[in-house]
Amino acid sequence: MERLTPAEPLIELDGVSKWFGAFQVLRDVSLRVAEGERIVICGPSGSGKSTLIRCINRLEEHQEGRVVFAGRELGADTAGLTEVRREIGMVFQEFNLFPHLTVLENCMLGPVRVLGMSPADARERAMEFLGRVRIPEQAGKHPAQLSGGQQQRAAIARSLCMRPRVMLFDEPTSALDPVMIKEVLDVMNDLAESGMTMIVVTHEMGFARTVADRVAFMDEGSIVECLPPDRFFTSPADERTKRFLSQIL
Amino acid sequence: MTDSPLAPSRPPPETRRNVRWWNAGWFDVLQFTVFVAALLGLAVSGAIGMGYNWQWYRVPEYLVRIVGGELLWGPLARGLLVTLELTGWSVLITLAIGLAAALLRLSDSLSGRFVAKAYVEAVRSTPLLIQVYLFYFVLGPILGLDRFWVGVLALSIFEGAFAGEVIRAGILSVRRGQWEAGASLGLSRRQLYRSVVLPQAVPLMLPPLTGIVISLIRNSAIVSVIAVFDLTTEARNIIAETFLSFEIWITVAVIYLAFTVALSIVAGRLEHHVRA
Repeated sequence: MERLTPAEPLIELDGVSKWFGAFQVLRDVSLRVAEGERIVICGPSGSGKSTLIRCINRLEEHQEGRVVFAGRELGADTAGLTEVRREIGMVFQEFNLFPHLTVLENCMLGPVRVLGMSPADARERAMEFLGRVRIPEQAGKHPAQLSGGQQQRAAIARSLCMRPRVMLFDEPTSALDPVMIKEVLDVMNDLAESGMTMIVVTHEMGFARTVADRVAFMDEGSIVECLPPDRFFTSPADERTKRFLSQIL
Repeated sequence: MTDSPLAPSRPPPETRRNVRWWNAGWFDVLQFTVFVAALLGLAVSGAIGMGYNWQWYRVPEYLVRIVGGELLWGPLARGLLVTLELTGWSVLITLAIGLAAALLRLSDSLSGRFVAKAYVEAVRSTPLLIQVYLFYFVLGPILGLDRFWVGVLALSIFEGAFAGEVIRAGILSVRRGQWEAGASLGLSRRQLYRSVVLPQAVPLMLPPLTGIVISLIRNSAIVSVIAVFDLTTEARNIIAETFLSFEIWITVAVIYLAFTVALSIVAGRLEHHVRA
């Protein structure tokens, strides 16, 4: 399924560049993501994939270009930043659940503190999403008592409890063994089917093939090409993309 | 939590059987008893050597007296009360200053970081005695503070620098991913500290903060140089009148010791409670 990029994208990156000291991690990157679109970003390690999606909720600050979310440009002015962040869910490679809280409390923290929901409503919403990621029975446990796959699903539920407009995934399965990878990918598939806008940094090419609307290949800080999966996997234009695909498929 | 696989289990009996006589409990106690006896022997023989006239029977009246069926607190007891009051206020102000210094040093504000760093360096690099004099002779008259509050403020500002470093280290020990996860939920910096960072950092801070409170109790003795009627000042006054220097100083040391040890025990319990 190929979509045309509409005039008003949900996320727009325009000529984004970033340096860590003298090293340029992002080189003039542009990407437009429409509401409901699912983008997979792949590429060798150190190519700037994680940095790119971390610029979308400003966990990293870009130095040149524009990052626009739902019509609001992210810049040095941090006043509106927490308001933008509450609409952008983020899932990390290392889960980053809060170890001092139970799984349920992890999921309730954002809705209660940020959205001002009552604890009772937040609990109901948290249980709903813990059910959707298939771990409602783990609600009362602390993160350390869960397997890696369960922790990552709890982290996904925690983000979903904020009812975000987009979900960013930063290598969500890289710290997991194969059985757990499947648990997490199943949940991400469900999420995609529900129509969630998703940007996923991953090496799971099976997921890219079945779920993505477009697959972007990054190398040395640039998006080399960004194509629908059928064309990306069968007839990539760039030599570097071909080499990468031959290495990981 | 009893079914938790992480709960520590008792060592199996076979390892407990390996305990040798030299690391058994009774041998520990014996070692300690010999050590204390040797110390006491040294002190007593020294006192006999200088012809010291022990008069322990005179000490209790300085703690508490019963006159006509009524309980009257002696000067040492009143001094202890002042010491505790001084320490209590100082602990509160120390923690407030420490938290402020830590947050300033971790803030994005350049001037805030500079002020906090300059404060910590200045306080740690000058003797406490000089700071107490500075407060008493310079700041006290300017701000119109009485001796007690000069003492509280001098102690708090001194210990606050150390508390600030402890709190800062505790906050920095919380992993970056925790900050990022909280921030991406949309938590403000204040909410991040309250709900995510401090609950994880405080249990780590408790042991060194207990050390700071204990050093506060000990350092409070130094306010005797500005004639605050604390335990140490009262002791000096009694000795000036009675020359009971051995008895009174030993008594005073035991009183300080009793309070700091009691505090350590309470802190140990608290720490256990917070971790569990």
